[in-house]
Amino acid sequence: MQQPNASPNQLVDHLFRHESGKMIAVLTRIFGMHNLGMAEDVVQEAFLKAMQSWPFHGVPDNPSGWLMQTARNRAIDIIRRQQHFRQYSSELAQQLQEETEIAIGQFFLDHEIADSQLQLVFACCHPSLKEEDQVALTLKTVSGFGAGEIARALVTNEAVIQKRLYRARQFIKEDKVQLQIPSGPQLPERLETVYTVLYLLFNEGYNSSKSDELIRWDLCAEAMRLCLLLSEHKVGEQPSTFALLSLMCFHASRFGSRENEDHSIILLQHQDRRKWDQQLIGKGYQYLTLSSRGDHLSVYHIESAIAAEHCLCESFEKTNWERLLGLYDLLLQQKQTPTVHLNRAIVLAHIGAPLKAIEEIWEIDDIDLLLESQYIYNAVLGDLYNRLGDNMNAAKYLQHALPLTGSHAEQRLILEKIEAIKHACSN
Amino acid sequence: MKSFMFIFHNGQSPTPPTPEQMQANMQQWMGWMDDLKAKNIYVSGEALHAGGKLVKGAKKPLVTDGPFAESKEIVGGYFVIKAASIDEAAEIAKGYPDFGINGAVEVREVMVF
Repeated sequence: MQQPNASPNQLVDHLFRHESGKMIAVLTRIFGMHNLGMAEDVVQEAFLKAMQSWPFHGVPDNPSGWLMQTARNRAIDIIRRQQHFRQYSSELAQQLQEETEIAIGQFFLDHEIADSQLQLVFACCHPSLKEEDQVALTLKTVSGFGAGEIARALVTNEAVIQKRLYRARQFIKEDKVQLQIPSGPQLPERLETVYTVLYLLFNEGYNSSKSDELIRWDLCAEAMRLCLLLSEHKVGEQPSTFALLSLMCFHASRFGSRENEDHSIILLQHQDRRKWDQQLIGKGYQYLTLSSRGDHLSVYHIESAIAAEHCLCESFEKTNWERLLGLYDLLLQQKQTPTVHLNRAIVLAHIGAPLKAIEEIWEIDDIDLLLESQYIYNAVLGDLYNRLGDNMNAAKYLQHALPLTGSHAEQRLILEKIEAIKHACSN
Repeated sequence: MKSFMFIFHNGQSPTPPTPEQMQANMQQWMGWMDDLKAKNIYVSGEALHAGGKLVKGAKKPLVTDGPFAESKEIVGGYFVIKAASIDEAAEIAKGYPDFGINGAVEVREVMVF
């Protein structure tokens, strides 16, 4: 995801964003989470200083070290100013000052930085916060996104994001959320919340077809970066973490092959599998292997196995639909969502039971409501009726689907199908 | 070739820039600087701190905080570059990355005696 430096003055992609998260993590540990605003100010100052000096003097050899050093000096400055060493003897003042500097310096050691980042992730994904607030706060604080960028990535407006951020910050202040890595019986529960947020982040980037490609990829990359960070720490080094990470790798490997150059959608069966990123598939497989320790089978394990089935299969025709059906049955035991039901129905259709697939779709809870508001259920139903040769119902549901998607690519795809049905009818 | 000074009057974005925006802006500055150096027309330049002192007074010079607290347009730095004419220098100044945040470049010819 990062490109090698082209020239000494070329910065690594998203350097500031990533450094922002790191610096906030260290600084909130020094100032306290309730002083998040103070930490943000110090980070902003460090960046402004870099903006002033780097263009004139070139990028330093170790830009992230430079930024950290600047933040550290400023932190020492602030703490020093708020202490009243000078009221006492100069000897004591000197000693206290030196000790303060050493204490603050400790927080900037590499392994401490990793710890701090994780503490910040746990704080932002606090279980008492609403899911949407967790996502916004994580993106702002840990990932260094601005409110406008978050809004663009989540396809909403900036005011909505500002409100979520405000709400989350108020909670952190009032309920005195502590920065710490949970332990004991608390840990698995807290990890689950973090997984959910990372999974949401990734899905927003992967599935939202309304925002632009670049910011969507940023979101996926960020979810993967944080998941990797989690997997590299002793508390996060868990089978479920690896399962989630492998799931992300498998999905991400297909990111570039899902759209044509004109942004029209390419269905799985038509995707050029040679374009799939083999390096990411390899990583996915590696993490999936790491996830197979222990006896807990999380939803991420099953979803990753499903994604692996597709990624490791050389062609669409050779897909092992029976095995996929088994995996979806397993998934349904843990996750009874309409999406899982729908995907299972699609597998049924591939096995040669489109009628059964249609029946199962009609059995989904609140399917009437879903058909009113969601394009995908209409599109799949239309497809299945089409396959059965029921042109009337096929056209009906495809027509339903049309106004429900904001994506031109999806609209074009449906229009093509409707045209094909009309053509078949007139012949 | 004559020498010209670019005096940068800092702009100010209405909202604090995000890390990604700052990085993009910095990258533009670097690109501009690299370009001027590649063309061999960059002579020197420095960034200036925002704060400063103003020393003024006919009878007894007085030192006050400055430079110009009332003015939004703070000089943030300068370049000295080489160009054939003031028009060419002004053309070069169009590469300045901060127009989008209401920054401005004052272009002045260095006097030669």
